[in-house]
Amino acid sequence: MSDAAAVALSPETVLAQMKANGVTDVVWLPDSETNWLFLLMKAEKSLRLVGVSREGHACSIAAGLAAGGKKPLILIQNTGMMESGDSIRGWLLGLNVPVVMMVGYRGWTRHGVTTDTAATYTERFLMAFGINYYLVENDADATRITVAFEEAARTQRPVVVLVGDEYHGFNR
Amino acid sequence: MMRIAEALDAFRPHRGDAIVVPGRGGRYWVEQTTRPDLDVPLGDPAMGGHAGFALGLALARPERKLVLFDSEGDILMSLGMLATIAEQAPANFYHFLLDNEVYATTGGQPVPNAKNIAYDRMALAAGYPRAHAFDEVADLARELPAILGRPGPVFVALKVYPEVENSPIGRRRRWQTRTRDQVLADLRGGLRLAKS
Repeated sequence: MSDAAAVALSPETVLAQMKANGVTDVVWLPDSETNWLFLLMKAEKSLRLVGVSREGHACSIAAGLAAGGKKPLILIQNTGMMESGDSIRGWLLGLNVPVVMMVGYRGWTRHGVTTDTAATYTERFLMAFGINYYLVENDADATRITVAFEEAARTQRPVVVLVGDEYHGFNR
Repeated sequence: MMRIAEALDAFRPHRGDAIVVPGRGGRYWVEQTTRPDLDVPLGDPAMGGHAGFALGLALARPERKLVLFDSEGDILMSLGMLATIAEQAPANFYHFLLDNEVYATTGGQPVPNAKNIAYDRMALAAGYPRAHAFDEVADLARELPAILGRPGPVFVALKVYPEVENSPIGRRRRWQTRTRDQVLADLRGGLRLAKS
């Protein structure tokens, strides 16, 4: 195992967090970092995967699942989150949906210098919407995912987990 | 063409204990329904999302029929949703489309290519196993028992008259009788769900 892999956020850890928090459905649009997670989720019988073709769709679908008593997780990239602004406003914040959004932090760097504007605007976007968020970089941070679920349930609002893995990602 | 209220009135006797997401037909449905605890008249939380919300609800409650009255403006904004619905293929999902060819709530401007889109064929091309299109309410009323008597997903495109709202939004009659929070709380009660 390389040093990079040793410190990365493993897909097994993410899946364990989903199961521990009772996730029933993952509404998602794949990005370059989630392929291996997809294979694991697909093999997990307790999860239903709902694939979308545009990230905003994930918001309304998750709102419907929650209204019907399920516990969805939204899994998208930061670019798609920004594209989804009005759906986040109307379907998630407007309907008080207690959902966790795991958001791939494209362009994120630990030193803060990035040439990728997807990263430049990600946290500003979340602040503008008043959505709280937690950064998860590796397995040691994974309990923050549970913190996010607990906060979403307590506040009846969406909470974001930013996956900042500098493109080591979920791929293998 | 038919009026929205006529289409809803034709559906009403067949509703049973289905969940109804009335979409932009909400202002007419609230005057017709006898099961408001199973209605989800949310108004317009964010345009283009009614089908997604209804899909999520249908997946969550497979034991009940879910009937959605969508609009062509919403569908055009989220065409990819048809593929997601077709892939999930919920057998309890009945997707009606109220196609008035215009953006009625903004003054009646035409939607793109308004008169030349076959939404039923679009749904079939996206993978829906069944789709229908009706211009006349009598034809819809005749076929509804068969449509609702078979498993979904099914798509039913209805040509409806544009009932344009042209007054400033702030002066329009508010048709909602409940807040969104109340609607969702009532639905939980109707479905006998615990609060999340």
